[in-house]
Amino acid sequence: MNVSDLVQRAELAVKAGAGGLDAEVTGGYASDLLSAVMANAVEGNVWVTWHAHPNIVAVALLVKLSAIILVAGRQPEDETAEKAEQEGVPILVSSLPAFELVGRLHAMGVAGAT
Amino acid sequence: MDNTVPSRTQELIYEMTVGEVMTGQVVTVEPDTSMNDLREVMRSNRISGAPVICDDRLVGIISLEDFINWLAAGSRDATVADRMTQNVTTIYEDEPLVRLVSRLDQCGYGRLPVLQRDDDRLVGVVTKGDIIDGLMRKLEIGYQEEEIRRFRASHVFDDIIADQTTLMLRYDVVGNDFRQAGSGATRLKKALGRLGTAPQVLRRIAIIAYEAEMNIVIYTEGGQLQAKVEAGRITIEANDHGPGIADVQQAMTPGYSTAAEWVRELGFGAGMGLHNIKGCADEMSLDSAVGEGTRLTATIALPGKAE
Repeated sequence: MNVSDLVQRAELAVKAGAGGLDAEVTGGYASDLLSAVMANAVEGNVWVTWHAHPNIVAVALLVKLSAIILVAGRQPEDETAEKAEQEGVPILVSSLPAFELVGRLHAMGVAGAT
Repeated sequence: MDNTVPSRTQELIYEMTVGEVMTGQVVTVEPDTSMNDLREVMRSNRISGAPVICDDRLVGIISLEDFINWLAAGSRDATVADRMTQNVTTIYEDEPLVRLVSRLDQCGYGRLPVLQRDDDRLVGVVTKGDIIDGLMRKLEIGYQEEEIRRFRASHVFDDIIADQTTLMLRYDVVGNDFRQAGSGATRLKKALGRLGTAPQVLRRIAIIAYEAEMNIVIYTEGGQLQAKVEAGRITIEANDHGPGIADVQQAMTPGYSTAAEWVRELGFGAGMGLHNIKGCADEMSLDSAVGEGTRLTATIALPGKAE
């Protein structure tokens, strides 16, 4: 499954970084602690978070995540969107709260490392 | 190649604008140009259509098809205004190619007039062929540039004749600037990627550099992040000028953090940074003096590169 499949199936809005939409999704990771993401997210994972500040793009780039999904209708800050666009990191927005979104992603086969 | 080219193209249709691929010099006609004169305009310029301009504004478009219809209808005296298509589908110069592609698709035309956003003035015409040409040019340039960069970078050590060569990469880190935070680590990762660093090693370096950089941003007035690349190993060093860590042992404890509440709300300062660094490094040392500063050194051995 690639990022654009996920966009369609989970009804996500693409806010930036559409250049990275064909990246393969290897699984998912959810956390609002950046260090935890750095340490535990696996290359190609989608990252579910509440944060919308520009640093999320740096984190995604450094551990090569396939996309960032903002929950509860959070909008990326302008600078975040700009950076994501430049670097081709998709920023997707779900209107669902984190728990609900992760549940649905998991049901679609997007799993976390155990 | 098979995987990278389509994805790069996909990126490009979002990155490149209509203005970058369009034809800027356009032959236009006026509404009161007669259909007879239009034939000469099309013939001498070898074009099959032209935008119709009145007082610097696009008022319509006239095509070969309109011309033929006029002929078929008996070619009575008429002006361009009588036979042109009004309500022209247009596109702005600053729109991405992807929007152009979908608009061409929707309207079924082969070309669209291009307008400047602020004043709706006609600045060019764009065709499907222009898209392909523009993409090809960009792909070729981009591909060659990256190839050359990679080649040069990965041969740095081959070309230098010495008993030992060391490459130093240094990045300044501004304290308390959460906007720029992580840019040092990001740039370092790119640079080392070009040098041909293996992906697993690159990931460990990225984590070390990011956490070290974040510590400088969160807790200090600023400092430097640097990477020393030698045969056999890469050493990451992070220096700052204070305030220093009173109890290094305690600072190393996972979950221990002195970060301010607002910093934690941004997701930083979870007290995992040093622990993460330690987990990724083959060797790590942390020296700190309160009131003076902190130096963190982390080393990663490069498999198969030792001489």
